[in-house]
Order: sequence, then structure tokens, then C-alpha cells
Amino acid sequence: MKIQVGESDFDPGAEISALHAGQPRVGAVASFVGLVRDLNEGDSVTTLTLEHYPAMTEKSLRAIVDEAGERWSILDATVIHRVGRLQPLDRIVFVGVASMHRGDAFAACEFIMDYLKTRAPFWKKEGTPQGERWVEARSSDETAAERWKG
Amino acid sequence: MKVKVLYFAKLREKFGIENEVIELPGERAYAAAIVDLLRKRGEPWSTELALDSGNRMAVNQTLAGIVTPVQDGDEIAIFPPVTGG
Repeated sequence: MKIQVGESDFDPGAEISALHAGQPRVGAVASFVGLVRDLNEGDSVTTLTLEHYPAMTEKSLRAIVDEAGERWSILDATVIHRVGRLQPLDRIVFVGVASMHRGDAFAACEFIMDYLKTRAPFWKKEGTPQGERWVEARSSDETAAERWKG
Repeated sequence: MKVKVLYFAKLREKFGIENEVIELPGERAYAAAIVDLLRKRGEPWSTELALDSGNRMAVNQTLAGIVTPVQDGDEIAIFPPVTGG
């Protein structure tokens, strides 16, 4: 498992390759890349600043990946989340999951993203022409995470 | 008992501090006791920490609720709903 939280960018292709390099049992790698959009709530966004709770962030991401590993058969996983000041077109987050078959990789990747969005301690502040504002949590994200229960 | 309380994002800005040490009577308490104490400070604490504010808590870097027990030396974080990803 690889968990990385920091300001530096990442190479999605390299991360995907690393998830199966020298691992002949891996038959599937599913991945997700989240990007900074230039539009939110109808306003143009020029900057996105990500704050986090350093002592808790990696711990919570590790717990989310562990939980995915209890639900699906996964062979390896990578979660990278950037913090600090970003701008439209920048990559924010990478989740990659390697497994024997695609079903486990797809499901675990989506689960990790849904839980990351509702449980990992990150907060976004966006800069718009009207000034800076904290991004409000979306109930649709909570609904997406809830469907994995039960 | 003394606990360290951390604030993040909008709460950190509204309160103007990142963290502080708070003293509570007794050896153990529920996390709710800390929020109750802070709310009594008046504005902006009472508004930002209102019962319906939707804020979340973590005790020792794990998501917690108002009935999570806390004890001397614990690290309590109070923050708005997370918005990463």
C-alpha cells in the first residue's frame, strides 16, 4: 500500500505501472484521478487551496484502504492526495487499486474515493473573482458513501 | 483533566486560533462536554459550534462523536464536514 499526502504532483501513468510492475497475479488495475475544475456553484474558480489535519490524514486514508481490503480481494492500492495551493487543470487526488479481476478493482477504487470524500480530513478553499470561500460539503457525497453500508 | 483542542478550516479562521489546551473538571468526560464549554464563550463560538452546525470531531486522530469518551492528554479536533478528493 502506498499513501502519499503532500504538495507535489504525481504521474498517473507511473503510479498505475507501479501497481502491477513485477506482479504477475495482478489482472486488473482501476484508477481515479481528481482534478481542479475552473467552475463551481456557477462561479469561475481561479485557485484551490487544500488544508488538512496532518496527524490524522495518512492514518484515515490507511484505514479506508484497509476497509476496502476487508470488503474486496485487492492485491495493492495507492492513494495520493495533494495539499496546498492548486489551480484549474491541476491534479488533486489519485486512487489506484490492483486486483486479480476487474470487479474488485472497480468497486474498491470507488469505495476508497467515496470514503475519502466524506471521512478524510481535507478542506478546500476556492478563490473566485468574488473572493475566497470554503467549499461546502455536498449531501450527494454523503449519499454516495452511505450506499456502501449494510 | 487537560485536553488539546485543534480547529480546522472555517473554524480555525473564525476563532483565530489553530489549537489550545482546555481544562475540564474530572478525569473523564464525553467529547460533548468540550463543545458545551466552548459554546459558552459567546460569539463566534456559540454560532459556529451550534448543535445544528454539522461540524465533525476527531479524538486522537480518529473520527468521533459527541458521546466519545475523552480523558487527560487526548487530542480533540473540531472541524467542518470534510471536502477533499
